[in-house]
Amino acid sequence: MNNSEEVCEHNTLSLTTELLIEGAGCASCVGKIENALNSLEDVESATMNFAERIVTVEGTASTEQLISAVEIAGYNAKVIQLNAESERLDEKEKADGKYYRKMMREMTIALSLGIPLMIYGMFIGEMTVNTNLERLGWLIVGVLTFAVMYFSGRHFYIGAWKSFKNHSANMDTLIALGTATAWLYSMVVVFVPHVVPDMARHVYFEATAMIIGLINLGLALEVKARGKTSEAIKRLIGLQPKTAEVIRDGKSIEIKIEQVLLEDIVRVKPGEKVPVDGIVCEGHTAIDESMLTGEPMPVEKKVGDEVVAGTINKSGSILFKATRVGKDTALAQIINMVKRAQNSKPPIGRLADVIAAYFVPSVMIISVVSALIWLNFGPQPAVAFAVVSATTVLIIACPCALGLATPMSVMVGVGKAAEAGVLIRNGEALQTASKITAMILDKTGTITLGAPKVTDVITIEGVEEAEVLQLAASLEAGSEHPLALAIVDSAKERGLEILKVERFEAIAGHGVKANCSGLTLLFGNPKLMRQNEVEIEPFEIEAQDLANEAKTPMYFAVNGKLTALIAVADPIKEDSDAAIKRLQNNGIRVVMLTGDNLATAQAVANKVGISEVFADVLPEDKVEKVKQLQMENEIVGMTGDGINDAPALAMANVGFAIGTGTDVAIESADVTLMRGSLHGLADAIAVSKATLRNIKQNLFGAFIYNVAGIPFAAGILYPFFGLLLSPVIAGAAMAFSSLTVVTNANRLRLFKPAKN
Amino acid sequence: MMIMVNILGLLLIALIVYWFWIYREKDTQVSENSVLILVENGIYQPSRITFRTGQPFTLNFKRIDESPCAAMLLIPALEISQELTLGKITPLELPALEKGEYEFHCQMQMYRGTLIVEK
Repeated sequence: MNNSEEVCEHNTLSLTTELLIEGAGCASCVGKIENALNSLEDVESATMNFAERIVTVEGTASTEQLISAVEIAGYNAKVIQLNAESERLDEKEKADGKYYRKMMREMTIALSLGIPLMIYGMFIGEMTVNTNLERLGWLIVGVLTFAVMYFSGRHFYIGAWKSFKNHSANMDTLIALGTATAWLYSMVVVFVPHVVPDMARHVYFEATAMIIGLINLGLALEVKARGKTSEAIKRLIGLQPKTAEVIRDGKSIEIKIEQVLLEDIVRVKPGEKVPVDGIVCEGHTAIDESMLTGEPMPVEKKVGDEVVAGTINKSGSILFKATRVGKDTALAQIINMVKRAQNSKPPIGRLADVIAAYFVPSVMIISVVSALIWLNFGPQPAVAFAVVSATTVLIIACPCALGLATPMSVMVGVGKAAEAGVLIRNGEALQTASKITAMILDKTGTITLGAPKVTDVITIEGVEEAEVLQLAASLEAGSEHPLALAIVDSAKERGLEILKVERFEAIAGHGVKANCSGLTLLFGNPKLMRQNEVEIEPFEIEAQDLANEAKTPMYFAVNGKLTALIAVADPIKEDSDAAIKRLQNNGIRVVMLTGDNLATAQAVANKVGISEVFADVLPEDKVEKVKQLQMENEIVGMTGDGINDAPALAMANVGFAIGTGTDVAIESADVTLMRGSLHGLADAIAVSKATLRNIKQNLFGAFIYNVAGIPFAAGILYPFFGLLLSPVIAGAAMAFSSLTVVTNANRLRLFKPAKN
Repeated sequence: MMIMVNILGLLLIALIVYWFWIYREKDTQVSENSVLILVENGIYQPSRITFRTGQPFTLNFKRIDESPCAAMLLIPALEISQELTLGKITPLELPALEKGEYEFHCQMQMYRGTLIVEK
């Protein structure tokens, strides 16, 4: 058995199924249900959680067998989908479709009465009640309007009444009050015309029918537009396949993705999607990870490499061992994070929230005040004016536009960023990212590839290169620093054996110290040498030359004497230069931060066009550098690989972690770039700026609409121009205001960050 | 006549202020570790729920309301946002919370409720 087969040890054929039990009212049912399931031959164990009504079954019995056993025991059962995101989405789409059709149907009914009435009022006759014939005619129209209110507007009245009983008020309250006021007034005019002045004997049945029709139309169109705002999530959810081929007891079986267990061996053939996260244990292939990272080139995968759910296997067939399943896969976490971020609010939206919470009762008060002002000071027929203005105020005020302005834009913006491989943690990060004025970039792994290689080994006379490398590698074997890994890799490439070291000591920001084969070894920067009184003059010029070539020179001393100089270079990422220019073109001050020496740092900085460099910075001092820029009134973004940069990432106004889409410290930063390219930074800032602009447009529109709309509806223009808004126009405006907000947010979907 | 109308109008305003802003719904005390909250006709019912600190609990939301406004539930203080499936129970498991009040609402804050966590 070769090594890869050992890793690919197969799992036993056992499944975990969770059933939701219905009809289990008492604790004694638990025993009955468990016994019924345990009596099945292929069930290993069945345990029920009574509080949650969930029974967990281990074994190979099919779900049909399990459900039928529960039914025979006298209860109902259904399978719980552990990963039911896609089904939930399907259900939501179905429900939205049903709601859309219902609203359109109700709109048609209402407008087929409203439009003819409005045409009659505008072009054919007067909507007044003066004769008995007119009374009869309007009575019939009144009854028809009532039918419209019942068939098309019932949901507004029920909603309004239920919320009223619960001391809350919403959009339904305003529409119900507005349309009911218009209808009731009109019925009073029809039944007892003499209680209102002659001039005020006007009916407003058309307003009631038109408003109900238009608001229903607005709701229908809004639900369609809203569906589009969650397209990014739909795309992410759609990445995960529904089934997986696993190997258990040596047999290959196809199971639902929810049933894949940790350590299952999963087979993925060319062209198929990787179902869960895992580590390749047999075969090699190229995998397209572009859907998660935005990186267009397929990535080579061999035994020991990690594969991520949702990516596509391009070339060879592989077996891999599942390491993360269900809600723990990187994809599931990304989906979760995007969903959470999509529903969080940036601070800019908070004022609108506060206003929205008090909005409806305030509008009701304004409506009463407006009616009173008309009654007290208005011209005749004051009663009719009062009714029209009260109704129009109720109808025109739109809490929806105000409430939707921010969340809709955030939803689209965060989704848009995710499409570009940028995960934004929350609304606050989104808003702050749009204001960044200075960006600190860590050098290793951020600007450079983070995969340094040994380039030069210079020794004193009489000392062999291999000898130095072997000792240096032995010294660094325990360290995880990228430079240490380069030394160890180089030694391994030359077939050198790693020796045992004693009294190992890592001195942060300086280097390492240890004993090996009876020798005292020191390996690190000039500071470490000086501290230990090692003369570095012999190699100082060479070190300077290497540093000028963007290489990192490290001194190696044996028993207090400088023995060698080892240089390591970390190649700069291909597109770092272009991405940094993009940031600078956007007016952002770009600063490089590194623990490396100034000469090397300066050489790298020169290559990528950065003029400000903080070099020789100890990990604990990175925070200080962030603070320093903040003291200069900069809004600071900090980009690092998320491990030793964590405190600085947290201190910065926005912390950007460079991840690879797999082992991302997803929770640690405000923004996570799933691909290594720094273009992600510029994309993140561009998307956040576009989203903030969109939110501002929406909030401005919603505020102006309500601030201007309400006094307009109350009749503020009447004393000057004799103008009073019709409730029908108000209804149309309300219906389309929230639609406008959602449509404007949807415009963001077309946004493409500039590439220069 | 106008005086009567004005008094009526002012009373109406007072009623609106009292009914929607001053009045507070009675808290629903929950002794078990879960509660069923109906999302129906523009409201959460119950909407003020009292739990004890130190125990995790489950909010089971049953959405009957088909308006898309009811679809999303947010608990900003806990960074929770949850899509509520129509006609089904969506359980929301919460960890043991610190003492305090936690608001939950729809995206537009038209549906509103409060979790009160007491000692």
